[in-house]
Amino acid sequence: MTTPTETYVDASGGDWDEVVAAAQKGQPDRLVVNMGPQHPSTHGVLRLILTLEGETVTEARVGIGYLHTGIEKNMEYRTWTQGTTFVTRMDYLTPLFNETVYCLAVEKLLGITDRIPERANVIRVMMMELNRIASHFVAMATFGMELGATTIMTNGFREREMVLDIFEMVTGLRMNHAYVRPGGVAQDLPPGTVGKVRELLAEMPKRLKDMRKLLDANPIYLARTRDVAYLDVTGCLALGVTGPILRAAGLPWDLRKAKPYCGYENYEFDVPVSDGADVYARYRVRMAEIEESLKIIEQCLDKLQPGPVMIEDAKIGWPAQLALGPDGMGNAPSHIAHIMGRGGSMEALIHHFKLVTEGFRVPPGQAYAMVESPKGELGCYAVSDGGPRPYRVHFRDPSFTNLQAVAAMCEGGTVADVIAAVASIDPVMGGVDR
Amino acid sequence: MTSNEQQGKPNLPEKDNLPAELGRQRLNSPIARTGMFGAKTTGDTSGYGRLRVYRPAPLASERPYSNPDDPRTLYFDEVADALERSLKEVGTPYDTAIKRVVVDRGEITFHVRREHLVDVVSRLRDDPALRFELCLGVNGVHYPDDTDNELHAVYELRSITHNREIRLEVTCPDADPHIPSIVSVYPTNDWHERETWDFFGIVFDGHPALTRIQMPDDWHGHPQRKDYPLGGIPVEYRGAKVPPPDERRSYA
Repeated sequence: MTTPTETYVDASGGDWDEVVAAAQKGQPDRLVVNMGPQHPSTHGVLRLILTLEGETVTEARVGIGYLHTGIEKNMEYRTWTQGTTFVTRMDYLTPLFNETVYCLAVEKLLGITDRIPERANVIRVMMMELNRIASHFVAMATFGMELGATTIMTNGFREREMVLDIFEMVTGLRMNHAYVRPGGVAQDLPPGTVGKVRELLAEMPKRLKDMRKLLDANPIYLARTRDVAYLDVTGCLALGVTGPILRAAGLPWDLRKAKPYCGYENYEFDVPVSDGADVYARYRVRMAEIEESLKIIEQCLDKLQPGPVMIEDAKIGWPAQLALGPDGMGNAPSHIAHIMGRGGSMEALIHHFKLVTEGFRVPPGQAYAMVESPKGELGCYAVSDGGPRPYRVHFRDPSFTNLQAVAAMCEGGTVADVIAAVASIDPVMGGVDR
Repeated sequence: MTSNEQQGKPNLPEKDNLPAELGRQRLNSPIARTGMFGAKTTGDTSGYGRLRVYRPAPLASERPYSNPDDPRTLYFDEVADALERSLKEVGTPYDTAIKRVVVDRGEITFHVRREHLVDVVSRLRDDPALRFELCLGVNGVHYPDDTDNELHAVYELRSITHNREIRLEVTCPDADPHIPSIVSVYPTNDWHERETWDFFGIVFDGHPALTRIQMPDDWHGHPQRKDYPLGGIPVEYRGAKVPPPDERRSYA
């Protein structure tokens, strides 16, 4: 071990008077600051280790892992269907993207990608685009809060609430839905959903306009975001950064256009880009993406045709849909009649029981599926050994990869810009650590 | 699509494709598991106790890799040709660097020998005919039964220029878990390689700072390997005990 040539003052505990005295004696010119893991501006439990010279950041290191929950390992001990319940909790602001990418990978392994009912695909697209709006609003809301603009925060969360109301109506939960399942979706849309989505479509443009009035040309906001945390296309690709950050650097790369899934090739929408490559450009791209999402949702409502929402394959799709009972959930009366009624079918009962407890088997092999989540490319790599449980599932979470850009964005800037840089990456630690 | 194509094998002549012939072939492949319903003791009265399930030997696809009926596969031959030519330019024979190629479910996987990994990815990134600019990271898979190749590292690569994607798979034995790092070619793999080291114990030689990333620094073991238990304790509810998930009945 080398002996330190500088005087070190440890300010992480002890008697403060001694720390101050020691600091005055040694007069250190370098300060290492631990920002997080409990810090209001670090989006959860992100830890930033900043080396400062005065106000300038000379080195920015990132510590993660404080929210690691072993989701990938846990999934190896559950059925393929139960997996959706785990993945929805990864990036908790984009649950429907996590579920969809996982189901796309399982469906690819099963070889049933082309047999997913049209209505299920339209519902998936609609729910994902609603989710994109919610996620982008949270990105802007937390960003405003971290810069001290609480109105942005309250407005952003208020707008998101409209989306969450729809989610609650459709899936029963505001987050952690487990709504998208291999083969389709868990339940059809309840009556009244279309009306509620139309309400959102009518209201949201006004809310967006209000947000734009607050931010687009706000001199304080511009001063905090213009030319801050610059990262160009070369830097983005080298660091694997995708999503709004890459598009804000000028590359119109969007998997919905490049590798359409769930029928995205049938929707008309634009891919917003900007050439600022700074925090402000990323904000503009996110705003424009919300507008494009509204367009897609409108087209979804036009495409919604009556039909099944789960694949018509008795070996994959569960035979019964729950109906509403006095406690909010209940059995399916028609299925119970089929089992218990005159000439009841014991085989139907066994089949249902086996499919739910044991699950379906997936042919051996590996597959990679990806979707364009609000944060970038979300990938799911799944391996099956032919059994009813995943052999291995791995998620390429965009937040995880994008966070690597913190050093490139922050070094040489000031401490205040670190907050803006991290907020513009929009990391969610649930997804980063999984 | 025949079942052969789904498994990445070429179309066979009809006499080799008969169920009896395929059944004979299956009996020659390694046994993947025995029994059923998780029953391991003599108390098994299900009659499934002597069941043997065979797993096909590692696949290798033959040329042509592209299937005109499957639009997802159309560029596979072009990529393989370009890679062969490009590797020849730097003096690495294609057959030495690439162990085998598997085409399955509309995806192509190049099994690369670990000694040549850095050469292969540099050509994949820099050759104008290939141009895989974006690496989507690496992750591990642990196959304890794959003797001398227990640990696999899987890389997804994407070309934005040509809108293509391929997968590389590199293996290393458990006794010598070393794979060269490709951070010098794709800086994005920094954290991904740290994560794979953390969870699988694969040492990426040449990585600038291969430390744990998700688990605490002083953690022992690599949690996502198959020989690492899930953990958990039995939970008691109204007198009944529910065992932890990895000790429950397995239908696998």
